Order: sequence, then structure tokens, then C-alpha cells
Amino acid sequence: MKSLIPIDKLQIKNPIKLDSGEYIDSCEVAFKTYGTLNKKKTNAILVCHALSGDQFCSEVNPLTKKQGWWNILIGPGKVIDTNFFFVICSNVLGGCMGSTGPSSINPQTKTNYGLKFPVITISDMVKVQEKLVSALGIKKLFAVIGGSMGGMQTLEWATKFSNKVNVAIPIATSYRHSAQNIAFHEIGRQAIMADPVWNKGNYYKTRKEPKGGLSVARMIAHITYLSERALQRKFGRNLQNSDFFSFNFDTDFQIESYLKHQGTSFVERFDANSYLYITKAMDYFDLSVKKGGLSKVFKNSNVNFCFFSFTSDWLFPTSETKTIIKSLNSSNSMVSFVEIKTDKGHDAFLLEEPEFHATLKGFIQGQIGKHEI
Amino acid sequence: MRKNLRKDLFVISKLINNKEKILDVGCGSGNLLDFLLKTKKAICRGIEISQSGVNDCVKKGLSVIQGDANYDLDDYPDDAFSTVILSQTIQAMIFPDKVIKNLIRIGRRAIISFPNFGYWKVRKDLMLKGKMPKNDILPYEWFDTPNIHLCSCKDFQIFCKNNNIIIEKFMCLSEKGIEMKTNYFSNLLAYQVIFCVSKKNKN
Repeated sequence: MKSLIPIDKLQIKNPIKLDSGEYIDSCEVAFKTYGTLNKKKTNAILVCHALSGDQFCSEVNPLTKKQGWWNILIGPGKVIDTNFFFVICSNVLGGCMGSTGPSSINPQTKTNYGLKFPVITISDMVKVQEKLVSALGIKKLFAVIGGSMGGMQTLEWATKFSNKVNVAIPIATSYRHSAQNIAFHEIGRQAIMADPVWNKGNYYKTRKEPKGGLSVARMIAHITYLSERALQRKFGRNLQNSDFFSFNFDTDFQIESYLKHQGTSFVERFDANSYLYITKAMDYFDLSVKKGGLSKVFKNSNVNFCFFSFTSDWLFPTSETKTIIKSLNSSNSMVSFVEIKTDKGHDAFLLEEPEFHATLKGFIQGQIGKHEI
Repeated sequence: MRKNLRKDLFVISKLINNKEKILDVGCGSGNLLDFLLKTKKAICRGIEISQSGVNDCVKKGLSVIQGDANYDLDDYPDDAFSTVILSQTIQAMIFPDKVIKNLIRIGRRAIISFPNFGYWKVRKDLMLKGKMPKNDILPYEWFDTPNIHLCSCKDFQIFCKNNNIIIEKFMCLSEKGIEMKTNYFSNLLAYQVIFCVSKKNKN
């Protein structure tokens, strides 16, 4: 998080009014671009990241030294071809990779925001992204794409700024968080808040972070990203270090070790307060409560949609996507929808899924022909 | 472009007016929709059950959703399309009656084509060979066929009469895909049939 690696940032001078009614002054957006913007500025694709993602969607993440979270999909010659497209990805508002969030310094008090940071929504994140896109001189994006929370942002773009988007590709997502989704998030938040180091969000000065709580939150969430079958296939009841039980509470099973690794590696790159704010934003998301229900929000939309869902995703099951499709059908929208067969669960959108990639590539190619680039 | 198009689909395409709004149910790889988009400037939508079919369609830039006509047509509002097409698919539906009623609800008219099970060679297979009929458009064995609701031209006409469905047009195709004149013996002579139907009492 605290790094000397230079990060591209946009300073937004005017205060941004949030859905809560509060304002954020001198908001910063950290972003990364790949490829080149063409002269007519018509080849831009905005990539929206999920809960734990960041702006480094392609190539090697300079902070973690690991491959960008969607490097499998984005790059020269790949499905989202950066030889042709100009890809923009920004760290969300409330995040901890350079964009203004609870770990940022409040310009008024000169200390970290902590819980003084206003509660944000998906729509607030999108407002900030729109400022970035405008600042880059782009009047209309060729496409907005994202999975999970990134899919929520994509849907928000397609409804809030439908005249600034040609193509929207929401993946493994929903128009709202279900009770079960909120429940899992709440357990994660409670785990963080139960960590004594958390100290009501005031831990930035102590040089200690609520790593225990955040890592438990990540472990719980990670189970929801996989499927029962994938867990069984990958780990089964395999033991980690020996052929015998340890008869103590050390790590016996491989699945335990895997989850602990997920937890401990996550806390190295993520801020616990950001986790609270971003999960809350997802929980608040519900397009169906906006101006007269789900079918109204898409009315007269000229956006070309392509939805993807995955058969074993129980966090955002296909039925959620189908509810959106139903509304889009009733409002005569241009919509394509594909359900990909896989046992990899929600995380499938980040993984090697040949059918998903082939269809996405085909869709993008087909859309290039329909819009002037 | 026409070369890619099945003969019955080409005959169907001739029934479509310019700039119509079309839903192709069971659109396969989207060849008909693509043809109608390019030659008739039609506004095209499709439903297809197979992933490979949907993939082919989205690659063509068509708006197609993966879905099952037995269940997913319920989601479409009334009169959303000028024409709804169901080609060579009705015989594989679980609920053909429900599907047909949905087609004429969603579209101002429906174009439905299917292999005529009253065709004389089909009857011959059963009568002389004593075996389940097989031909180019009914290529399956009895045990692996998806065709669970085959009907003859006459069966369909009776169904329409009993359900207050208007037959606006009735066309017959020969084995070579050539249009034949319809007459009293069509049920015996037609290899494939195409019906344009609509609901009664429309305004």
C-alpha cells in the first residue's frame, strides 16, 4: 500500500457530492492505462475491478510483482487487445491503491480519514470514474466491462451514463446484493471490527493493522468465490504435511492451509477500513429500487449488452442475471446472454475459461463492426 | 451469403418485409438473422439453447440470449415483435402448444416451419418397412432423436382451428426445397411445411 512506485492519479478539484449527501473534497483517482487512445478517442474500454481488485488489470502489478488480475484477458493480442483498444482501469473510490479512501489523508484534518470517511455507493464510484474518463477527453466509451462488483459498476454506467457507453459487458454479477451476499459481507465486517487492533478504524498511527480480522474476512469471502465441487476437486480431504492428523489446532488439511494463505497474502495489500466501505457499497447496490423498477432503468437504452454467468457461481447465480435479461427484453434492449458451464464458481470470470473467452472475443469483434472506431 | 442459408430459411426470409422486428426462436448459428439484418435491415433478436450457437451469433454481432424456448418465452412482453420465427424446432419442444401460443402473443405473426410427418415417404417407412421414418430433416434414430412432438401438416391445421389461431399463409416445400403449390394432397406431398399464423381478434 505504502509504496514509492509512482502511480498515475487524477485530482478532482470540485467537491464530489455523494449519494449519502456528504461531499468529498479534492478526490484523487489512481488509474492505469494500457494501449493507445486513437485520434477520434473512440477505442477506449473501461475495465471495472471487483472488491479486492485494483487498477493493475494487465501486465505485471508493480506493487505485488504478480500478474495483473485480468492479465489473462487484457493485453496485446488478447481478448481485449491493447494493440487496438485503449484500456482504462481505475482504483475505486474508497479503495487503497491510490484512490481516495479511508486510509487517505483528510485535507481538512490532515490525518487519515478512518471512519470519518463518508459511506460510499457503487454509483459514487462510477461518478468518479466518469470524471476520469472525461478528463482523458473521451466522450463515449467503446465498452465498459467488469465482473462481480465490476459488473455492478458496469450496470451502473449503462443506466446512469447510457449515452456515454456503446457496449456494456457485465459478468458474474447482479442488479442487487441478495440477503445471503449481505450476510457473508456482514460476517467479514464483524471479523474486522472484532479485531482489537482495529480500534474503531483508528489504527493508521499505531503502525499495526487489524490483519487477523481482515484475513478472516478474506477467508470467508474466498469460500463464496469457489464452488463446493471445485473445493473437493482441488483439496478433498488431503492433508497438508503428513499422512497423520496432528491432534492439535495447527494446519492439518490442505484447504485450511490454502485459506490461511489467501488471508495472509490479502492483508499485505489491502486496507481493513477499505474492506468495510467497499463491501457496504456492494450491499447498498440495488438497481431495482431506482426510478420505477428494473424494467424502467433500461428503457430506451441504446447500449449493447452482453451478460455472462457461470453455472457453479452461487454468489451471483444465473437466475440473478436472468432477472436483468427479462427486464432488458421487456424494454426492447439489445442484449446477449451466455451461461458458461464450469465448476470453478464465481472466480471463473478471473480464470482460464476457453468458452467464456471465445464468446467474449467474438462479441467484441462483432461490436467493432457495429460502432465506428 | 445466401449459400449459407438452408432452403427453408430462404423461403422464410422472402416472407419478411424490410425493417421488420424479428425474434428467431432457436436461431442456431444466426444465419437467418444475419441474412435478414443485411438484406432486409431487420431489427433482429434471437434465443438459442446451445452455447456454441450463441457464441456464433454474438460473433456476428447479433443480440442473442442463451435460453430455452419452453420456458423463457414467458418473459417477453405482448406484441414485442412484428414476426417471430420458429424453424424446424417445434417438434423438439416439450410444450409445443404453450410455445405456439407464446409465439403469437409475442409477435404480431409467427412463422413456423417443420418436417411434415404426413409426407408419403414417411408413411411408407412405417407402412412398408415397419420402421421409424428417417430422412434428411429427420435424420435421427428412434433412441437419440430430439424430435419428441412430430406432427403432420393436418395435425397442425387442426391444432390451429381448435385454438382459434388464424393461418394467414401455408406453404409447402419439396424434398429439394422447392416451393410447391398447395392443394388437397399437400399433407401427402409436402416434405416440409411453413405456416404463418396469428392470434384471432387482433385490433
